[in-house]
Amino acid sequence: MSHAPLNALREPLILGEKSYHDITVDICRPIETRANKLWYVVFGLSFITMLWGIGLIAYTVGTGLGVWGLNKSVEWAWDITNFVWWIGIGHAGTLISAILLLFRQRWRMSINRAAEAMTIFAVICAALYPVFHMGRVWVGYWVLPLPNQYGSLWANFNSPLLWDVFAISTYFSVSLVFWYIGLIPDFATIRDRAITPAAKKAYTLLSFGWTGNAKAWARFEEVSLVLAGLSTPLVLSVHTIVSMDFATSVIPGWHTTIFPPYFVAGAIFSGFAMVLTLMLIVRKVLGLEAYITVAHVEAMNKIIILTGSIVGVAYLTELFMSWYSGVEYEQYAFLNRATGPYWWAYWSMMTCNVVTPQLFWFPKIRKSFVATFIISIFVNIGMWFERFVIIVTSLHRDYLPSSWMMFHPSFVDIGIFVGSIGLFFTLFLLFARTFPVIALNELKTILKATGKYKRTSPQPEYKIEDLILNSRKGQGATIHGEEHH
Amino acid sequence: MSEVKHNPSIIYGIFDDDDDVLQSAKVFRANRISVANVYSPFPIHGIDPVIGHPRTNISVAAFVFGATGFSLAVLMIWYMLISDWPINVGGKPNWTFAANFPAFVPVLFESTVFCAAHGMSITYLLLNRLLPGFNPRNPDPRSTDDKFIMEINMSDNWDAKYDEVVYLLKQTGASEIKER
Repeated sequence: MSHAPLNALREPLILGEKSYHDITVDICRPIETRANKLWYVVFGLSFITMLWGIGLIAYTVGTGLGVWGLNKSVEWAWDITNFVWWIGIGHAGTLISAILLLFRQRWRMSINRAAEAMTIFAVICAALYPVFHMGRVWVGYWVLPLPNQYGSLWANFNSPLLWDVFAISTYFSVSLVFWYIGLIPDFATIRDRAITPAAKKAYTLLSFGWTGNAKAWARFEEVSLVLAGLSTPLVLSVHTIVSMDFATSVIPGWHTTIFPPYFVAGAIFSGFAMVLTLMLIVRKVLGLEAYITVAHVEAMNKIIILTGSIVGVAYLTELFMSWYSGVEYEQYAFLNRATGPYWWAYWSMMTCNVVTPQLFWFPKIRKSFVATFIISIFVNIGMWFERFVIIVTSLHRDYLPSSWMMFHPSFVDIGIFVGSIGLFFTLFLLFARTFPVIALNELKTILKATGKYKRTSPQPEYKIEDLILNSRKGQGATIHGEEHH
Repeated sequence: MSEVKHNPSIIYGIFDDDDDVLQSAKVFRANRISVANVYSPFPIHGIDPVIGHPRTNISVAAFVFGATGFSLAVLMIWYMLISDWPINVGGKPNWTFAANFPAFVPVLFESTVFCAAHGMSITYLLLNRLLPGFNPRNPDPRSTDDKFIMEINMSDNWDAKYDEVVYLLKQTGASEIKER
């Protein structure tokens, strides 16, 4: 608890005069009330889209990968594009919950819960692609370090694809645990307010018997801090390793050492765009205008400018290095990207990722909810094109011009991608109605410092010295409360 | 304060504000009356030394589990790829663990983080008695909303009187007092 008065130089992070109870009520409202029609419509649409995706995945597994648009030159296309796109989106959640915790950024508190949920759902969507690209998913356990049945040939620990298995599974499970540990006290709040026996039972189970005593909170804070410290290098390592899937190959356009930082920046960039897209909707639909404010949106937009500019510099560096390298294959790969048959994808990427986020230099634009929402969609699209450009343009014209081909996605490719978006929104909408979308108890810790705190009873006025009872004097009583026993 | 009306074993002072409960704990400490526990909806910074709780050293668990994870990963990779069946990848050095080490860094790192994070999380759940199916033990359901509850165990304070405790709780701003 901070005793610092409200900083006049900073915009408040919680609007209006709120008591601790008001925060509880505001954030529990979507869970305790019935969803409106709009929620059911959007949920229904997402659910149907998800079912369509599941159907097409079943079709892929039953028939074989031939139903995708892949060909002998482009044998990796939408699946890996979508994989990298979703994994990248996930990164913002960990950045907000872990890195911003280490930097003691208070504004993370209104958005970290939803952003972490987004991370988890995005990683689930991402994991679909490598799994079903295996074709024969029933031998998927071959990625685990198990011996084969003939001798004992083990997994290849030199391969970035195996590194990915370790990185993604660690990232997913650690993010899930980090998220859940934060959720336990908030589930307890909902449990203790629950009226219906079913809700009481469900939230009692989910809250693991949380009590909220001083020792539990001390451990909670320590665990959050250490998990943040572990998640910070973890999240950076995940996209580094994803980028190494490409960078350790000898394909022109992929074989570059700039990939790890460039991918990590791109991941945070796209993730923040997705957080903004989601939070601006959540804010309106769930009525959380007092908690997700202009100050939050502006802070996120500043990160978008930073990471978007890093991505822009990386694009230009790639172009320069391809020319400077003197390697004609490398030079051609980039010439082909910008002016070849996929020029439209390249320039969509450049416009959405390099030009649009620069608009946030104007304070009016970065403080506008509408403009932010529109630009965040542009960035989502641009970052999808970035992965598509990197993957398809490098593959479709390889070293042998006789095998140059174009990539055309089949309806299955498109359907699985749309289906994964359906899955993501299905999960997110369920989350928004059953889980506290804002870390409500953590938020109470910043109320006094960053909002207007409403006291519910008068503050007692006394001096500690005056309250030392005569009967307790002479027993070594001390007024220095901070000393240890 | 001559005659003892009540003789409850535990007295709960219910406060409406985190700073009030922290100040109150200091008053009790100044009176040498020990506070058994404080239940709150969120962490109250600085309360632990006042009520005599030592700093938690749960982060040691993270280190121990992390070191274990790292060692197990070294052992696994060494056995599988150096001792049992070395794989020749484009003629790159693969005959000793040291020569092949750079390619092993990612898996070693991920295994370390995996074990450290999960080991510490499990330790945390066990220490806090948190498992699915456990029932909450907070004395009042409002302590997860906006009430801050100080628990004074009279058996820890044999020389303190009931009236004194109630007087101090009321003077320091407790809005309600409960007994058990």
